[in-house]
Amino acid sequence: MGRYLLRRLANYLVLVVVAASLTYFLAGLSLNPRAKFEGRNPPLPETSITKTLDEYNMNPDTPILTRFGHWADGVVHGDLGKTIEGDDVNDDFGRRVGVSTRLLLLATIVGSIGGVALGAFGAIRQYRLFDRFTTLASFFVLAMPVFVIGVALKIGATALNDGTQTIKVLGEYDPQYAGQWNFDALVNRAQHMLLPALTLIILQVALYSRYQRSTMLDVLGSDFLRTARAKGLRRRKALVKHGLRTAILPVVPLLVYNIVLLFTGATFTEKTFGWHGMGELLVDSIGKQDVNSVAAVGLFTAVLVLIAGLLSDVLYAALDPRVRVR
Amino acid sequence: MSVQLPPATEPAPGPVPPTEAEGRPAKTRTSRMRLTVRRFARNRLALFGLFLLVLLFLGAYGGPFLTKWDYQQHDYLNFLASPSGDHWWGTTQGGVDLFALTMRGLQKSLIIGLLVGVISTFLAATVGAFAAYFGGWTDRVLMWIVDLLLVMPSFLIIAVLSPMFRGSTWLIFVVLLGAFSWMITGRVVRSMTFTLKDREFVKAAKYMGVSAPVIIFRHILPSMASMLIIDTVIQVGAAVIGESSLSYFGFGVQAPDVSLGTVIADNTTNATTYPWLFFFPAGCLVLIGVSISFIGDGLRDALDPNASGAKVRSPRKKKQPKSGRPTAAVPAQTTATAGSQGAAS
Repeated sequence: MGRYLLRRLANYLVLVVVAASLTYFLAGLSLNPRAKFEGRNPPLPETSITKTLDEYNMNPDTPILTRFGHWADGVVHGDLGKTIEGDDVNDDFGRRVGVSTRLLLLATIVGSIGGVALGAFGAIRQYRLFDRFTTLASFFVLAMPVFVIGVALKIGATALNDGTQTIKVLGEYDPQYAGQWNFDALVNRAQHMLLPALTLIILQVALYSRYQRSTMLDVLGSDFLRTARAKGLRRRKALVKHGLRTAILPVVPLLVYNIVLLFTGATFTEKTFGWHGMGELLVDSIGKQDVNSVAAVGLFTAVLVLIAGLLSDVLYAALDPRVRVR
Repeated sequence: MSVQLPPATEPAPGPVPPTEAEGRPAKTRTSRMRLTVRRFARNRLALFGLFLLVLLFLGAYGGPFLTKWDYQQHDYLNFLASPSGDHWWGTTQGGVDLFALTMRGLQKSLIIGLLVGVISTFLAATVGAFAAYFGGWTDRVLMWIVDLLLVMPSFLIIAVLSPMFRGSTWLIFVVLLGAFSWMITGRVVRSMTFTLKDREFVKAAKYMGVSAPVIIFRHILPSMASMLIIDTVIQVGAAVIGESSLSYFGFGVQAPDVSLGTVIADNTTNATTYPWLFFFPAGCLVLIGVSISFIGDGLRDALDPNASGAKVRSPRKKKQPKSGRPTAAVPAQTTATAGSQGAAS
């Protein structure tokens, strides 16, 4: 088992390095940071633009390999370079990871548990009213791009608010509560969090419940479940201990991948509701021609895939005794 | 599944009548096709999805002829007008008729979805089958590329490359979308090919000296046709969503082209006060997605009755009426698809 994991890790590491490098090359060749400075009013002198770009290691005239060398050297030493505004990418990253985590933690927990529960229950009551309704609802949710759900919720909330500001539609907290963690600030944060969290929860419940339903259906007809009932277990106990535990296994990798990748995948939710998290950086950095930030997001996503891959391998081994025996 | 035709109206597809059995093998092909169509038609949701999709296509291409407004025309007397007899779906901030604009966007979204679905399934089938058929280093290299593409954040890459197709054709965008959406299916095709390539009909072709590409395209891939068809449909839905998401942020379809994503994006600032600007184009988008997933589900049930989603394994009361059907039908359905589906399940 240990050797198997090590081999997987080595393979993942190579992939991460190649993927991050490729992202850097693509970003470095395709984006044009100079344009960001040239549009300024009053116009900046050519030489000072070049000097700034050189300082940030973003000058498109420098050969891409030289730039890549600088960047890679920095990354190895834990420095992701400068953003186009001249800040450290590291600091920006730290702040954004915090924002994303605060948004995602609750939404993910509720979303995964809800999805698994809904899917399993739907399978047990296959083709009954509950199952039909949840199936149809998840079809609709999965047919919608995230930004459609987000904007629809926003419109709904504006109608519900009816002029008041009970449900906030933009930002993580109101500016006057910045840095505070007292009761009022927490209430304010909760008001802001409702809609984006709801968006993510709806989406995850719909997705996971589909998978959970089909794996649960597979298990329901199995011999071991019948045996469990035959030896006298109550229906509920047999279904949960023998049925759900087995049916959840194939869903675990999906859960892990989705949860971990949500860190950069919540782009649309963060953009729609104005949260300055990792997902927003993905879109904004490209708009700002910010090569180093784009490369950092690419690296971060690749690392997330690595973590997700390892985590799902380990979790699978922990949950499924058959893998451990081998 | 819920619709049960009385047994009398359903000619038992199972035991092939002796007259037909003496016919040419072409007969069995049509009968499998007819079987699929009949199973599909029995699924109310799937039929509804098909009807919806046809309606959307008709609307997208016929709709612009019904209204007097053009999607590029500005009505300077009506800015942000609400839906009325004159402007069916209202107008945008620039006074453009929303119906004409949405139909135009619908055209592009549908076309992009279809193209990407076909491209990505083709890529997946080719790469997956070649990797498994040749094995060894071909397999290792191709699978490594699959892993790499899965690790690279596709949204980021397409967005970074978007300046490339700014000012040129949207077809580049289609190719990029296709290039980043085939990997998982490719893996499935690969594992199916592994089991298929040891089957007698492949071996026979091989020993007769048929070349590898011909074996793959004539013998292996047709054997998993049902999976590929279903996958294409699913990919179309995913592509429509992916396209609109990228276009929403300005990384996809570029002006002067419009897609549903750009229509929604352009009007999103006014969405809370003038909700119809959001609901009409977004509604069209959702209808595409819903209709395609209904069709995909129906196709899966019709083409591949052994797939996990289609099975009704637990003996429930609901299943009872089914036994009223001629029992011969069940084994016949399985044998009809066994040749191609044996490897799938």
